[in-house]
Amino acid sequence: MTRSKAHITGRVWKFGDNVDTDAIIPGKYLVLNSSQDLAKHAFENVRPNFASQVIKGDIVVAGENFGCGSSREHAPLALKDNVGIVIARSFARIFFRNAIDIGLPVVECDTTEIEDGDILHVDLEKGKIYNETQKKEYTISPFPAFIRNIIEAGGLVPYIKNRAQLKSREARELETD
Amino acid sequence: MGQTIAEKILSNSAGRVVTAGDFVEAAIDVAMIHDITGPLAVKTLYEITDRVWDRTKVIMLFDHQVPADSVDAAINHLELRKFAKREGILNYDVQEGVCHQVMVEKGHVLPGELVIGADSHTCTYGAVGAFATGVGSTDMGVALASGKLWFKVPDTIAFNVDGKLARRVYAKDIILTIIGDVGINGATYKACEFGGETVEHMDIANRMTLCNMAVEMGGKTGIVAPDEATAVFLEERSVDGDFTLGSDEDATKVTRRYTASEMVPVVAKPHQVDNVVPVTDVEGYHIDQVFIGSCTNGRYEDLKAAAELLEGETVARGVRMIVVPASRTEYRRALKTGLIDIFTDSGALVEAPCCGPCMGGSFGILGPGEVGLSTSNRNFVGRQGSPWASVYLCSPATAAASAIDGVIADPRTH
Ligand code: SF4
Repeated sequence: MTRSKAHITGRVWKFGDNVDTDAIIPGKYLVLNSSQDLAKHAFENVRPNFASQVIKGDIVVAGENFGCGSSREHAPLALKDNVGIVIARSFARIFFRNAIDIGLPVVECDTTEIEDGDILHVDLEKGKIYNETQKKEYTISPFPAFIRNIIEAGGLVPYIKNRAQLKSREARELETD
Repeated sequence: MGQTIAEKILSNSAGRVVTAGDFVEAAIDVAMIHDITGPLAVKTLYEITDRVWDRTKVIMLFDHQVPADSVDAAINHLELRKFAKREGILNYDVQEGVCHQVMVEKGHVLPGELVIGADSHTCTYGAVGAFATGVGSTDMGVALASGKLWFKVPDTIAFNVDGKLARRVYAKDIILTIIGDVGINGATYKACEFGGETVEHMDIANRMTLCNMAVEMGGKTGIVAPDEATAVFLEERSVDGDFTLGSDEDATKVTRRYTASEMVPVVAKPHQVDNVVPVTDVEGYHIDQVFIGSCTNGRYEDLKAAAELLEGETVARGVRMIVVPASRTEYRRALKTGLIDIFTDSGALVEAPCCGPCMGGSFGILGPGEVGLSTSNRNFVGRQGSPWASVYLCSPATAAASAIDGVIADPRTH
C-alpha cells in the first residue's frame, strides 16, 4: 500500500442512514460512463451543492447501509475522483464490492459522533481515524486478508492482472526448469 | 453438517465444500449484461484481455432505455451491438423486454447454476433454483474475462410462508410485508430462501416477484428450492436441470415464519421500500400516475390480476395509467387473451416491453410534486423522476383498483 493510499485527510460531508444509489447518482445520468462526467451530478438530488463544492480528498461519512439499491457502478465511480474515502457504519454489499473493485476506499466504523465539516485524518495502516476538529479517535473494523489484497493492488482489475503476470511468470519458470 | 442451497451451489461452483463466511473463487455458469451497465463491463473486460471467456455463456439485451431515448443511449446501444458481434454472443437487442424476465422465460437459467447479472435484481432467477446475484461493472468485466468471480458465501435466512392468501392478496403483498418486517437492511448479504406451503403452491411468475425483491432488504440472492413446478416450467422451455436441490434439514439458517392468511394488501410509502403499511392506512390518497410493469410485476399473471378489476371500468379522470408488459412473450399472451383490449378500453397507455418508468431514466417520468403508484420495486427519492415526486409501491390489483377510483384504493372493495 502506498503512503498516499493509506493516509487520507479531508473535510466531512455527513449523510444519514440508507443513502441509496439513486441518491448518489440519479438514474437519468447512467448513460454517462466516465467518472468526470458522473462526478458533476453526485448527490444532485439530496445535496445539490456537493458536486460544485467538494474538494479533492473530502470524506463522505454516513450511517447504516450506505449505497443500498441498484448495482450501478456509476455510484462509486461518481465519487471516486473527488472523495478520498467513504466511512459508514455499514455498507450495502453491491456498493461495497463495487467500491473495492474500482479502488475507492471504503471503511466501516461507528460514525455517530462525526459531524458535517469535521476534519478527519484516516490512517488505514494503523486502522485509526483521528477527528482533528473534535480531538477524538475511532477504530476501523479490519477487512479480511482477501479484500485487503484487492485494495492494496488498487482494485480488482490490477489485482487480476498482477496475478495473471505472476502465473505466466511461474509458468515460464516451470518451462525453463 | 448439512448445507443450505446457497452453500451447495457455491461449493459446486468453487470445486470444494464451502460454508457461510468462506471466501471462494467460483466458476460462473451464465452472465447477463444490459444497455446501462454493459458499456462499463465491456471496458473492464478489454482492460484485462481481448476476448470473452466463453461466448456461449454471455447474454446481452437492451431494456432500460429502449428504443433509444437519447443520443447517449443510442451510442451505448451501438457500442454494445458492435461488442456482441465481435464476440459472437447472443444479443436480444431491444426486442425481447426486461432482462430478468427474458433470462428466465427463455430458459437461460437452470436450477443449481451460479448466475451473475450486471443488475441488482438478478436475484429474480432464484425463482427457478439458481444462485443468482447482481454485480457491478468491474466484477462483470472480470467475470467476462475469466469466467470466475470471488464471493463470500452468504448466511441463509429462510422465510417460511404457510397458509392460503386471501382474495386480492398476492406475492407482492407477501414480499412487501416481509421487507416491512425485517427492514431495508434486514437481510444484508444473506441468501433469502423462500419456502413453506404458500410458496410451494406458487407458480414461477409469483416466485419471481418474491425473489426479485430480496435485494430490497439487502439480500445477496433470493431462492426457492426447485420442485415439480420448476420442472414443468423448464420442460416447456426444453431445458433440464437438477430438481432435487434443497437445503438439508440440519443446515445452519435463521428461520422466520409468516402466515399468508393473515396478510392484507399493503403499500410501501415514500421514500423507502420498508415503509410498509396496510393499504387501508392510505386509502383515498391522491395519485397522478399508475404504472403496472417491471421485472417485479410485469408478467402475464400480473396483467391478468389488474385486468380482472379494470374490465368494463375506466381509468379515473386526472390519472394517467401506464402498462408495460415485462417481455414480448408476456405482451403477446396478454394480447391474445384480450387483456390489452381491456387496458386500452379503460384508457390506459400500453407501451412496448421494457423497464419503462421503473427507473425514471426513460419515459413516464414524474414531475415535481406528483405522486406515482407503481408495481415496481423501488421508491427512493428521485427514482421515477423528480426528487420532489413520491412513489408508492403495491401489487397490480391495488394499482388497478386505484386507477379506477383515482385515489389509492383497497382492491378488496372491487
Ligand atoms: S424493470 Fe426496473 S428494476 Fe427491473 S431491471 Fe428494469 S429498471 Fe431494474
